[in-house]
Amino acid sequence: MRVSRRHFLKSSGALVVSFSATSLTSVGAMAQGPFDTHPSHIDPTKLDSWLAIGADGTVTAYTGKCDLGQGMFTVQTQLVAEELCVPIERVKLVECDTSVAPDQGTTSGSQSTPTNFNSGNLAQAAATAREALINLAARKWGEQAEQLVAVDGVITGKSGRRIAYGELIGKKSFNIPLSTTAKRRSPQQWVVLGKPVPSLDRIALMTGQFEFVHNVRVPGMLHGRVVRPPEVGATVTSVMESSVKQIPGFVKVVVLKDFVGVVAEKQMQAAQAARQLKVEWNPGPGLPAQASYYDNLREQPSQSTLIVDSKDVAQQIIKAKTSVGATYRYPYQLHGSVGASCAVADVKGDRATVWSATQSVYPTRNVVAKLLGIPQDNVRVIYVRGSGCYGLNGADAVSFDAALLSHAVGRPVRVQLSRQDEMAWENFGAACVVEQRAGTDEKGGIVAWHCESWITSRGGRPGYDQPGNVITGVLAGYAPELPNPEAAKEPTGKLRNRNNVVPSYVAGCVGGLCGGGGNIRSERVISHTVASPFFTGPLRSPARIQNTFAHECFMDEISAQAKADPVAFRLQYLSDGRIADVVKAAAKAGKWESRPSPKPDIPRTGIVSGRGIACVAYEGDNGYAALVAEVEVDLGTGRIHPRRFTVAVDCGPISNPDGLRNQTEGGILQGTSRALLEVVTWDDKRITSTDWETYNSLYLGFDLPMVEVTFIDRQDVPATGAGETAITVVPAAIGNAIFDATGCRLREVPFTAERMMAALRARG
Amino acid sequence: MSMISLKVNGRQHTLELDPETPLLFVLNDELGLRAPKFGCGMAQCGACTVIVRRQAMRSCVMPVSAVREDEVVTLEGLGSAEKPHPIQEAFMAEGAAQCGFCLSGVILTAKAALDEKPQASDEEIREALGGVLCRCFAHLRMLRAIRKYADSRKA
Repeated sequence: MRVSRRHFLKSSGALVVSFSATSLTSVGAMAQGPFDTHPSHIDPTKLDSWLAIGADGTVTAYTGKCDLGQGMFTVQTQLVAEELCVPIERVKLVECDTSVAPDQGTTSGSQSTPTNFNSGNLAQAAATAREALINLAARKWGEQAEQLVAVDGVITGKSGRRIAYGELIGKKSFNIPLSTTAKRRSPQQWVVLGKPVPSLDRIALMTGQFEFVHNVRVPGMLHGRVVRPPEVGATVTSVMESSVKQIPGFVKVVVLKDFVGVVAEKQMQAAQAARQLKVEWNPGPGLPAQASYYDNLREQPSQSTLIVDSKDVAQQIIKAKTSVGATYRYPYQLHGSVGASCAVADVKGDRATVWSATQSVYPTRNVVAKLLGIPQDNVRVIYVRGSGCYGLNGADAVSFDAALLSHAVGRPVRVQLSRQDEMAWENFGAACVVEQRAGTDEKGGIVAWHCESWITSRGGRPGYDQPGNVITGVLAGYAPELPNPEAAKEPTGKLRNRNNVVPSYVAGCVGGLCGGGGNIRSERVISHTVASPFFTGPLRSPARIQNTFAHECFMDEISAQAKADPVAFRLQYLSDGRIADVVKAAAKAGKWESRPSPKPDIPRTGIVSGRGIACVAYEGDNGYAALVAEVEVDLGTGRIHPRRFTVAVDCGPISNPDGLRNQTEGGILQGTSRALLEVVTWDDKRITSTDWETYNSLYLGFDLPMVEVTFIDRQDVPATGAGETAITVVPAAIGNAIFDATGCRLREVPFTAERMMAALRARG
Repeated sequence: MSMISLKVNGRQHTLELDPETPLLFVLNDELGLRAPKFGCGMAQCGACTVIVRRQAMRSCVMPVSAVREDEVVTLEGLGSAEKPHPIQEAFMAEGAAQCGFCLSGVILTAKAALDEKPQASDEEIREALGGVLCRCFAHLRMLRAIRKYADSRKA
């Protein structure tokens, strides 16, 4: 069963996976580094690590970037087919399995496209293979390689001779390194890439045949559940196994420091045992009051980073004709996967296999090895899709849970988290406060911008060696990574705005190099990371959605003070043409009515409407989006109803326009749910938003707005990420539209009806 | 434990089970069906939906004994890859999913609602889906697919 690809590659030919064996229906910290990997046992500099061609011409390709529901399976299959010049049906893509795929770190941070579609890795591997095959044929026939063409997996020579890939190389290794010079096919030549190829998983999904990690069943498998602490920070005093021993099918209670789990023959028995197990806990230290939390977090010792500082901001603001200031608050929010997380582990002696929906198979391999005290090479982690995650949901923690329980019983164990396990203990999207101040001239123009933000952090992605960054690791005795309080140092190096801490409108100058998107040269941006009482981790558009909410609403406030049109006002300060272009494209497609906000003559009763805009250069340069939101506000109830969104997206050359559209539409509606409803709540001891009655989400019954999507298809630039650009601008665009409609500025997410009513009452 | 007779997707099964076992666990663990999913275990999300007595039911909170002699239909029972049901075809045509975890709830709830009222308006369809969650928010495509299916039935 266990395949060691390393040995396979050494000892024989290419590793070709047959189609039937691994078809789609069978198993086979805030920082999200772009390609953060350790040296792999599968050498990514060698072509054979990425590709193999069978005697029948089928292509098996290996990737370390997996499909989380964002469409990476289909689009990477297109990529291989395109660069290798084979029909898409002939490509079998194997995702994220530490036995056969190269280590590409984590599938996250909108990095899969930049990593695998630009100048290296999977794209370059397929191009290298095509070039190598053409060279082989040229040598065979004594012709010039330049005169040969490859189409549909067949090479044709000048003389008209033809040979299929399978005949040329079939089942043999290439034994060559990845070429850096292998010519890539240009977007103008594309026949498979750039097309709206329907998602390859759709038939299996729609007919219920698709295998999710929740469906993995292995022979002899038992069922496990975990018993998490009743409050944050509680520790185990005693566990009474006798309280569950009589349950039929009961196998074992597993206690490892504060980690408690139960194993039984059947799922219901495990769930019952988890409910009934008597555990005495030492109480936790208690939690800060939620009502004053945003003030509280600003008082905490912080790890501070000065990102840009022109040294004249305070002076410029004092000197300025007027100044405007505002503070924005963004709550903890949940990934809230619709399926509570699940994993299966089979640990026998010093060897382990884990079927996991983790975004990080290699890091998970290393952490499982560390938790179990076994060699990394003895652990195989196989990615199997879970419920959509949008970042670090419970997938990593439950993989560790399953490994610990299987290790304790010596049999395969499947762990299904309960809804409460998932929602109370996942790594939340971070709470954040942003304080903005700008100095303005007599016309309301911006002369200086000061931005100071506080963001919370505890744990995060476990990476290759930090089990304590998620709940299971902490319970098992490992510490989470926490901010290291230190004063800010002078910024160095060119600005990289990865967390969008810096507003788009400032010049972003550090040591004479200006990496910002705008032209405001009097600028100071400082951010503080403070310890969170709860686990935090990347949640779709981590830190970027929080910061963009604050920047884009504040830009609107300054624009309103200047009595300027919010689109025209933005364009005055943008020097980055790609941000300006998405703003113009969204305004044009959304038939933007040029005038200042708020709307003139707002009625005092009934339903009012307004429009707002927001834009972002995601991570500074990894995708661009601008969004026009049109909303209605019911002045009697405070209910906010988005009616129409018009979004413009630029992510460079588009690999699959239908996939991009799907991501963009979903991002906008997910952003709407988060802007209007979603907030993690707690009392003095524990998280209280632990199910779908206590944590609100927009259901399918929601009266949907129209969503119009416009793409700027740039073919002369590298491809960027696209899964997180649209969601990043949603809370700001809605907030600005609410202001336009009502004259009320909501500076705290979510924009609940209660909050809207309070603002309307304050307005009078 | 008792002997339970259960008809699922046209096949009769006899199983020795605790009659209180949630139907979902029986479908997943005893019968190896993949489509109904554990989402919340509290009937709040719809991922575990099956059709029983022409109604969309939440199998995570339904004891297997409550099914009695009625047939259970899961998403895989609706149609196959070779011969999908028209509502499944509509979802395929619209690319109406991202991760796809929620599809049992979305497709079966819509189908049961339209079986009951073929002329259902958009608002009535929305109302029927009021308790179904999709956290990827593929809502626009899903509702388009459902509308397409509803219109094709009328035609």
